[in-house]
Amino acid sequence: MLKPKHQRMVLLAAALTALLAAVLIAAWALRHQASYFYVPSEIKAHPPEADRSVRLGGMVRRGSVHNEADGVTVDFIVSDGRADVPVRFAGIRPALFVEGSGVVAEGHMVQGRFEADNLLAKHDEKYVPREMAGMTAEQARQTVAQTK
Amino acid sequence: MHAYANPARFLRIARWLMPALLAGGIVFAGGALAWGLFYAPAERLQGETVRIIYLHVPSAWLGMLGWGGIAAASFAEIVWRHPLAGVAARAIAVPGAVFTAICLATGSLWGRPAWGTWWVWDGRLTSMLVLLLLYAGYIALAAAAAASGANRRVAAVFGLVGAVNIPIIHYSVIWWNTLHQPPSLSLSGSSMAPGFMWPLLGSTLGFTLLFGAVVLMRMRMLLAGAQADSRLRRKALSAGEAA
Repeated sequence: MLKPKHQRMVLLAAALTALLAAVLIAAWALRHQASYFYVPSEIKAHPPEADRSVRLGGMVRRGSVHNEADGVTVDFIVSDGRADVPVRFAGIRPALFVEGSGVVAEGHMVQGRFEADNLLAKHDEKYVPREMAGMTAEQARQTVAQTK
Repeated sequence: MHAYANPARFLRIARWLMPALLAGGIVFAGGALAWGLFYAPAERLQGETVRIIYLHVPSAWLGMLGWGGIAAASFAEIVWRHPLAGVAARAIAVPGAVFTAICLATGSLWGRPAWGTWWVWDGRLTSMLVLLLLYAGYIALAAAAAASGANRRVAAVFGLVGAVNIPIIHYSVIWWNTLHQPPSLSLSGSSMAPGFMWPLLGSTLGFTLLFGAVVLMRMRMLLAGAQADSRLRRKALSAGEAA
């Protein structure tokens, strides 16, 4: 016969394990609904209805940013490495909107092109000092090793 | 475990541990903040705004660590009926909520220049807001139990159930597409240049020590309050008998 405190421990541990498992399963089931944006390959595989506003996220393909003559409109390509979606946006761009960096565009698909009403910059988890900008990863590593 | 159940013994330890944590926290947090704000480098894309990280990340860490502490104390309270566990959980709740609020506020201030928005309802930001609401619920439940002498078990169960939000906060940026980036620091390494990482680790350590000091102060305060209450009750009782 278990002591009462051991009984409580076993019951509580079992209840918490079941609860955690339930939450993990729910999170897994929600992985599409809970996402903040679609990536280009998802947009290509399941194109949203023309009047439905969605968010598209991915990397701004290097060399794809093209400023229109009106000074506010910009065309660029958002890529997730598997698919590309051309995007057009007219308005003020966030400071971190640069080629090769992440972006989240809100808008809708019009004849194969994503017309964005709003643009958010998404930066990655890498933090690089200004002095090391433009260096390759190897150069940066060497600089760090030398200055230690 | 029950060696520290005796409040007198706990208070003896807290009396020297609290000032030690406070002094260490002031030195580390102050030093790391000065380093981060004035000497650490500016970031390649973000420029000077990156410096808010030295407040944002320690706050996020303490908001989550705080609930971890509430859950552990609640477990000890239910399983071992540890007399100090409930006091510890109540002591943690307020600073935990404050640091969670600081995390949300600094994140919002940082989001405007970096992302172009004060707030989005992505997985990370939403789960962190849920944590703040959980803290508010816990504080209300624990205070109600303390004021009315009601069963503290409800607050303890709430502390344990709310803990499922902690892995959700951590994994939100990994499971789901979010505007918030994945973690830069993990046990396996850092994708952050050392110039940012060391002041960040320093301020995280410093604020954690300060958090510990505040929790010990609040535990002493709650114990002193309980002692004063029981003394008043005893006096009222003996006065009633004498009359």
